[in-house]
Amino acid sequence: MDYEIVIGLEVHCQLLTETKIFCGCSTHFGNPPNQNSCPVCTGMPGALPVLNRKVVDFAVRAGLATACKITPNSVFARKNYFYPDLPKGYQISQFELPICIGGHLDIEVEGEKKRIGITRIHMEEDAGKLVHPEYEHGVSYVDYNRACVPLIEIVSEPDMRSSAEAVAYLKALREIVVYLGVCDGNMEEGSFRCDANISLRRWGAPEFGTRAELKNMNSFRNVQRAIEYEVERQRDILDGGGQVVQETRLWNVDRGVSMSMRGKEEAHDYRYFPDPDLLPVVVDEVWVEDVRQKLPELPAAKRQRLVDDYAIPVVDAEVLTADRAMADYFEAVVKLFAQPKAVANWIMVELMKLINEDKISITQCPITPQGLGDLLSLIDEGVISGKIGKQVFSQMYSSANNDPRQLIEDQGLAQMSDVGELAALVDDIVAANDGKVKEYQQGKVKLFGFFVGQVMKKTKGQANPQVVNRLLKEKIG
Amino acid sequence: MELYNCSLEELWQRLEKGEVSSLEVTRSVFKRIAEVDETVGAYLEIDEKRALVQAEAADERRRQGQEITPVTGIPLGLKDLLSTAGLKTTCGSKMLAGYRPEYDATVVSRLREAGAVITGKLNMDEFAMGSSTENSSFKPTRNPWDLKRVPGGSSGGSTAAVASATAIATLGSDTGGSIRQPASFCGVVGMKPTYGRVSRYGLVAFASSLDQIGPVTLTVADAALLLGVIAGHDERDSTSVDLPVADYYGGLKNEIKDLRIGVPAEYFGAGLDPEVEAAVRLGCRQMAATGARFEDVSLPHTDYAVATYYLLATAEASSNLARYDGVKYGFRAEDADGLIDMYRKTRAQGFGDEVKRRIMLGTYALSAGYYDAYYRKAQQVRTLITRDFDKVFAGCDVLVAPVCPTPAFAFGEKVDDPLSMYLSDILTIPVNLAGLPAISVPCGFTKAGLPIGLQIIAKPFAEETLLKVAWHYEQMAGWSGRRPQLAGEAV
Repeated sequence: MDYEIVIGLEVHCQLLTETKIFCGCSTHFGNPPNQNSCPVCTGMPGALPVLNRKVVDFAVRAGLATACKITPNSVFARKNYFYPDLPKGYQISQFELPICIGGHLDIEVEGEKKRIGITRIHMEEDAGKLVHPEYEHGVSYVDYNRACVPLIEIVSEPDMRSSAEAVAYLKALREIVVYLGVCDGNMEEGSFRCDANISLRRWGAPEFGTRAELKNMNSFRNVQRAIEYEVERQRDILDGGGQVVQETRLWNVDRGVSMSMRGKEEAHDYRYFPDPDLLPVVVDEVWVEDVRQKLPELPAAKRQRLVDDYAIPVVDAEVLTADRAMADYFEAVVKLFAQPKAVANWIMVELMKLINEDKISITQCPITPQGLGDLLSLIDEGVISGKIGKQVFSQMYSSANNDPRQLIEDQGLAQMSDVGELAALVDDIVAANDGKVKEYQQGKVKLFGFFVGQVMKKTKGQANPQVVNRLLKEKIG
Repeated sequence: MELYNCSLEELWQRLEKGEVSSLEVTRSVFKRIAEVDETVGAYLEIDEKRALVQAEAADERRRQGQEITPVTGIPLGLKDLLSTAGLKTTCGSKMLAGYRPEYDATVVSRLREAGAVITGKLNMDEFAMGSSTENSSFKPTRNPWDLKRVPGGSSGGSTAAVASATAIATLGSDTGGSIRQPASFCGVVGMKPTYGRVSRYGLVAFASSLDQIGPVTLTVADAALLLGVIAGHDERDSTSVDLPVADYYGGLKNEIKDLRIGVPAEYFGAGLDPEVEAAVRLGCRQMAATGARFEDVSLPHTDYAVATYYLLATAEASSNLARYDGVKYGFRAEDADGLIDMYRKTRAQGFGDEVKRRIMLGTYALSAGYYDAYYRKAQQVRTLITRDFDKVFAGCDVLVAPVCPTPAFAFGEKVDDPLSMYLSDILTIPVNLAGLPAISVPCGFTKAGLPIGLQIIAKPFAEETLLKVAWHYEQMAGWSGRRPQLAGEAV
């Protein structure tokens, strides 16, 4: 039978604040276990949380970027459950009154645009991490460095109808939070993680089917695989006349299957209630406007503007805006060298090749926009050829020398464009190759390249090819 | 008079004049502890060694002309739910037996900065849950006025210590009457400040929206002095309020012209012991002699206060006490089979009956399907109770009422009847629900010689008025400062 696939996503983003959400401890990743901890984030008796205002700022940023309404008085609530990585026996989160509600995000799949609803965004604290050392049997350790690190959870409406839409939504969302500077978007390290609620219903049925929740998918590819696996699993059940059980399932990356983690009966009753240790979070109009003013241009708008302002192809704009810093780099170079398409080509081909090989970001690239702009101008002015240009480019990259003119001078790479000098050379070569000239003039046109090559050989590749071509044409027809 | 018998105010002045040293005062108090605390049992942890060092430091501070506060060099005791770095903080619970915090509560650091001498930690009902200190996991504390009777609770150790002169003053905490009720039972002054007046940072939470730290002292003046040191905004407690702290002590003697006093009818209802009623009514007449106007007022939702309190306080407690799971600190049951079994055994063995009862009540009140009927409804009633006070305070400055329907009861009298124990808090609980400041001042004794307390309640953050009215009453009535005669003592 044919079913409609219904998918809703819950995305957790770890926020890029310097300090934790309820204490002054560092959020720095990779410190020795429990180094970033204090009485507050280890849940010592009597310690109290105090809200980091930066977290609210980041949540409002994410809300405004996804067209949400900002709740003027949102409330922190306690989510109660027991686990050793949860030092207080409850997680401070938001429940009835989250900071953002009712937004949306536009996606595009195979040329079709679609709007996905965002139910809510709320702020919460992360839990610690359990460590089970292999060499010590029956002992586990808890590392509270991550406890109390700020998160926002972004909950979508069940608006997606395929795994492709789900992945498109996730990619668009990830791009936005990275652009906003609120999250590094790293899925493998878990700073951008996603749970999926999936159900099937017969076409036209008014009610949603019973859903299963999928966890533990740490890449876009795994989200896609896991959803597709889940859809087939539910389809088989329904086709066989069975009923889907409401449960939480864990995706097993290695085996490519999902397994039941807990059923509805084992689901926790979290006993949410407003946290009496924290006051309602008051965000007034002034604050919201302040955040709105400081919002960066978002990816979709930036893409469109690059196409409109610089007349570069949409594909180029997509590549360049995948990273906000890359787009900034592009625009900085264009300011110095006003041939956008040429700049785009150099960035996408030469520059991306090098930084991808070295696995560094554009912000770490040794060639500055000024350096690249100067280089492109030198090529354009005919001081060097494009071919030499690439050679200079790679020297600039490996030596972090951003003065291409100096590099060219030092190595005598400047192109020979002096017509008189080149004409003399051409004369010499023509005179010395009488036979080949005749063959050429009798129709062996391929020999033209031989003459060009001879000139290049004599000039160590520095002759201006356009000038050489023109002179040869004049000389031998 | 022995130094330990002096009030904080008197010692402060004598220290100022150089008539005594902190070391002498401190030695006197520890001598007293050695004499009577085995009988009274106010202390869970006596910290003589460090206290003597602090006393010397206070004397040195004075010699060097550094800043002196009213508590510099004064031996003070702390209820055992105030976090003290390096000093055991058990909350009267086996669950935290041996737990030594790594940090000081804000009130403790304020006392230390002010140069106070910390004598030790005082007994209490486990996690502040109880009205008799019988729920301590460790030992009973006896009422110094009658050793067969309870000191009240949950700050029973704090009030018994002041009454038996084993500390010059102490700090307690009041969630539903836990300072005022034992103060009335022990014949001392006990004050609960407005919610938000004193930082809760480092106060081990029972019910976060109700808990408040306050002074337990021999006199109202002492309470004013001690409150002046601990009050004020703290950025580590989001619920502490950023309002200026008045000179409470300096304002005590100001006139109380045109004072309007409300007497809530509901606080003089059935179950009120006739001797208690008589003493409180006498107190009212004495206050009227100052020219204060009395008015009968009504707080119509009073009847719902106990039920409301036992839903909200237990709901918060069920969550606040979740951290005692055997993972990080305190007690962990042995021979557990896996994580869940460790949780179960630890909490079953580590908590006492009353604590378990309240965790279960609170868990139930927050459960899916019951939240609206219990927790949410209770929050709504709390608002109504607060509005009752708002309305009444539109027409008067303070309210006067009994603290507790009865004087101190005997050990074991109510242990098996939790409900009657809960009902004894009926006159103190509404004040916590509304977050108001209130004080218990001695107002007489029963024929059997048991102290009785008079409660004065004021508007939010009107501590200055509250203390001033209490001081004038105390001067007139003269019940404060009396000492019980403890067995074996010379008269």
